[in-house]
Amino acid sequence: MNKFIPFMIFCVISGALYIGLNLNPGNIPSALINDPVPQFSLPVVGGEEVGLTSDELAGQDEVVIVNFFASWCAPCYVEHPFLMDLKARGYKIYGVAYKDKARNTNTFLAELGNPYYKVAADEVGRVSIDFGVYGVPETYVIKNGVIRYKHSGPIHEMEFEDKVIPIIESVDQ
Amino acid sequence: MKVLFSFILWAMMSFSTFAVGVDEVRLSDPAEEAHAQDLMKQLRCLVCQNQSIVDSNVDLARDLRIIVRERIIAGDSDEQVFAFMTSRYGDWVLLKPPFDKSTFVLWLSPLLLLMIGFFIIFRNQQSAKTINRDEPLSDEEKNRINALLSDKGEV
Amino acid sequence: MIVEVGHYALIVACLLSLIQGTFPLYGAVKKQGRLMSIAAPAAYGQLFFALLSFSALMYAFVVSDFSVVNVARNSHTLKPMLYKISATWGNHEGSILFWALILALYGAMVAYFGRKLPKTLHVRVLSIQALVGLGFYLFLLLTSNPFERIYPFPMEGNGLNPLLQDPGLAFHPPLLYLGYVGLSVTFSFAVGALIEGRVDAAWARWVRPWTLLAWCFLTAGITLGSWWAYYELGWGGWWFWDPVENASFMPWLVATALLHSAIVVEKRDTLKAWTILLAIIAFSFSLLGTFIVRSGVLTSVHAFATDPERGVFILLFLFLVIGGSLLLFALRADKLQPGGLFAPISRESMLVINNLLLSVAAAVVMFGTLYPLIRDALTGDKITVGPPFFNMAFGFLMIPLILFMGIGPSASWKRADLMGIVSRLKFVFAAALVAGIAFFYIAGGSEIMAAVWLGLGIWLLLSTLFEWADRVKLFKPASLKRMSRQTRASVGMTLGHLGLAVAVIGMASTSYWDSEHQSIMSYGDQASIGGYDITFKNTDGIIGPNYSAVKATFDISKDGVTLDPLRPEARVYLSPPMPTTEAAILSTIMGDLFVVIGEANSKDYDEWAVRLYYKPLQIWLWGGAAIMVLGGFISLSDRRFRMGLSKRVKK
Repeated sequence: MNKFIPFMIFCVISGALYIGLNLNPGNIPSALINDPVPQFSLPVVGGEEVGLTSDELAGQDEVVIVNFFASWCAPCYVEHPFLMDLKARGYKIYGVAYKDKARNTNTFLAELGNPYYKVAADEVGRVSIDFGVYGVPETYVIKNGVIRYKHSGPIHEMEFEDKVIPIIESVDQ
Repeated sequence: MKVLFSFILWAMMSFSTFAVGVDEVRLSDPAEEAHAQDLMKQLRCLVCQNQSIVDSNVDLARDLRIIVRERIIAGDSDEQVFAFMTSRYGDWVLLKPPFDKSTFVLWLSPLLLLMIGFFIIFRNQQSAKTINRDEPLSDEEKNRINALLSDKGEV
Repeated sequence: MIVEVGHYALIVACLLSLIQGTFPLYGAVKKQGRLMSIAAPAAYGQLFFALLSFSALMYAFVVSDFSVVNVARNSHTLKPMLYKISATWGNHEGSILFWALILALYGAMVAYFGRKLPKTLHVRVLSIQALVGLGFYLFLLLTSNPFERIYPFPMEGNGLNPLLQDPGLAFHPPLLYLGYVGLSVTFSFAVGALIEGRVDAAWARWVRPWTLLAWCFLTAGITLGSWWAYYELGWGGWWFWDPVENASFMPWLVATALLHSAIVVEKRDTLKAWTILLAIIAFSFSLLGTFIVRSGVLTSVHAFATDPERGVFILLFLFLVIGGSLLLFALRADKLQPGGLFAPISRESMLVINNLLLSVAAAVVMFGTLYPLIRDALTGDKITVGPPFFNMAFGFLMIPLILFMGIGPSASWKRADLMGIVSRLKFVFAAALVAGIAFFYIAGGSEIMAAVWLGLGIWLLLSTLFEWADRVKLFKPASLKRMSRQTRASVGMTLGHLGLAVAVIGMASTSYWDSEHQSIMSYGDQASIGGYDITFKNTDGIIGPNYSAVKATFDISKDGVTLDPLRPEARVYLSPPMPTTEAAILSTIMGDLFVVIGEANSKDYDEWAVRLYYKPLQIWLWGGAAIMVLGGFISLSDRRFRMGLSKRVKK
């Protein structure tokens, strides 16, 4: 009877645990990568007119960045300066205010600056669910109407350089 | 008193994670509501990741519960309700792992391990039998031993 | 100053464990008495310094010394004293120091109680124990020093997570650790025996009591944690198959198997290699659990602050200790003589089946817990293995286990008379079957699994009582005399099995036949649940030591009789800011009434969200577990164990 089996099983388990140390179990990747942008139409913040639609996102030539945020979300404050920086560098960012009251969203943008090319409001949160949003902030990168990348949590320079820029560059050609 | 209440409730709503919230309207048919609850018990909350959406009090869980109910009223089957969720959040959102060729080993593990265990015990009992012979020697074996002892080497 | 003393004491303890782990081992090989005799004094010394170190840390918490990083991160001046004390072990660094302390405690106990053991075995056991401790001391000193200072220091600390500020949870870690860490003793014994190359009667007599001691504490610790979740988290759940819960359950399952296989080793001198393997695996699960909680590999509500550097250290330590002992097993287990044979139906085979089912259960729980990680590592898919899987898989294995538990104690050694047992127990089986079917229909014909589990619980209850009644020849002359002559170990067994039966009945009722009522209530509104009539009277705002709360009053009556009102609270703690719910629970032997107050529905604060639950036979769960622990302790007090500890048994 091979008495080495317990030892060998343990080696396999250790291997798995070692690999596990470098993974992040809480981070749920997007199920919509390489899927088309879900159909939606959202109003402007604090109004009834249409603020943003899926057609508008899909119809762009350049790469589109969509950022879901809220005034009640602490990490959004952390992320904000970087978004302002991106705006200054010429990137077009669409914002969706997730489950936020209009006046709070407006105060947030007035006090911290508005990095968004356009802002829409998803007060109910249903459209965000269609995108697979489970928290804020989350940022999506869309090209030709197809979702190419999603980042959960505040986005920052390194992440942008490593993940988003390659997408922008590869598809721009 | 009102000031105290409003402070407490403001604080609680800022951290809605643990507040027992006002729940959404339930389905009027108790059987349908029970069915809905059964499905909800199998969906994982993405924020408080170790609870089902029925136990979790966060907003997102509440929204998902409302969606489950809507889907049931709309006539979706169980698979369709789950498909709605997995198409947006992936298989991760199911508390019950799907039964497909990759999880087949997981689901059958109790049975498989049990069978392996039986096999090992059986093997060990067999080898233990060959070492411990409780039965008396047969006549033929007795003769062989005598022959060996007297012949000193001739097998 | 005191904190520095604690720090230096930790270093001394570390050095002592190094000495204790090396010289005596060498001495045992070379048969040098002087080197061997270092072991016991080193063990006592290690305990002294570990205790000194831990006390110093506790002192820092008690006086709120925020110049210590650990205290600043986890404490607050306004916190009640009990929680200042329990915060000592309620954080990562402190809990590892606590681990090391308990390890040293058990080491010293082995040093003292094992004085009559064969010298080489005694010394080897102490050395192994010390080497395990060494790993923990190094981990503390190199990656998780609880005594680190900070300058300039904050005026106030961050406070302890409000969920942890609870008497139940204050005692849950100490009990759990006394259990988890207690399995280190049988581990050291197993490894010591492998090094010696033999397992003799003395060894067998040692495994049972030490496993029992650890098992009792582990059962108590797990139950306390489960009970805490029940009353604190607000919806009456008590087990979630959370990775860290599983991490404590796996050693429990293996320890239970070990308890039973040790009986076979002691009585029939067989199953030795398997028992040694079990002893190694039990403690390995303890260590694995420690790793899982602190490394971030799995998401859990229990997880401590995670840090990959710490994760790598623990993993390396795990590999050395567990891998080393399993390798040793592979190489040396052949030296152990296989023992006696037994018939396919016998007490031995019943115990083997027990071991098989418990071990497979532990393996399945481990597989389910690690599967998401394995899948992520291999394919990058994120998948969840949650309660639906565990309930089904574990339940599948428990059904045969409980069935066999009813028969096992009636089986005799070497060869049992199956037909005889079956004929004696057939009425019990029939009664359980009838009870199950009856409950099924009483409950309205749904939930067949509930009836199955209830039937199983009743089967176990009646068959255990029946076996006891048969043994003491109840209702026959001289029965009382026989009762008093029963060994404590057998009384312990009966109680242990009874406790499980009671717990299973409780679990079945409360899982399948509970009811819930959720609504928005105004003052004066009434509701009914579980036979109780509940009237919502009013709410008050109150201020506690470190929180403010809404306290609601509900008048309760049953069948017209007025009972004491229930007062649930919704609290908001200041530091760290977090709301919690404090449910109000009315527990009776028939069931628990569970009342929770939530948010106000209107700006006038006269309409509130209220949740009411009725959990039938909930108390049977905790009661059953308590009976199991009681049975374990009674078993432990058996004279034979004490004799085995301090004297050679007279043959």
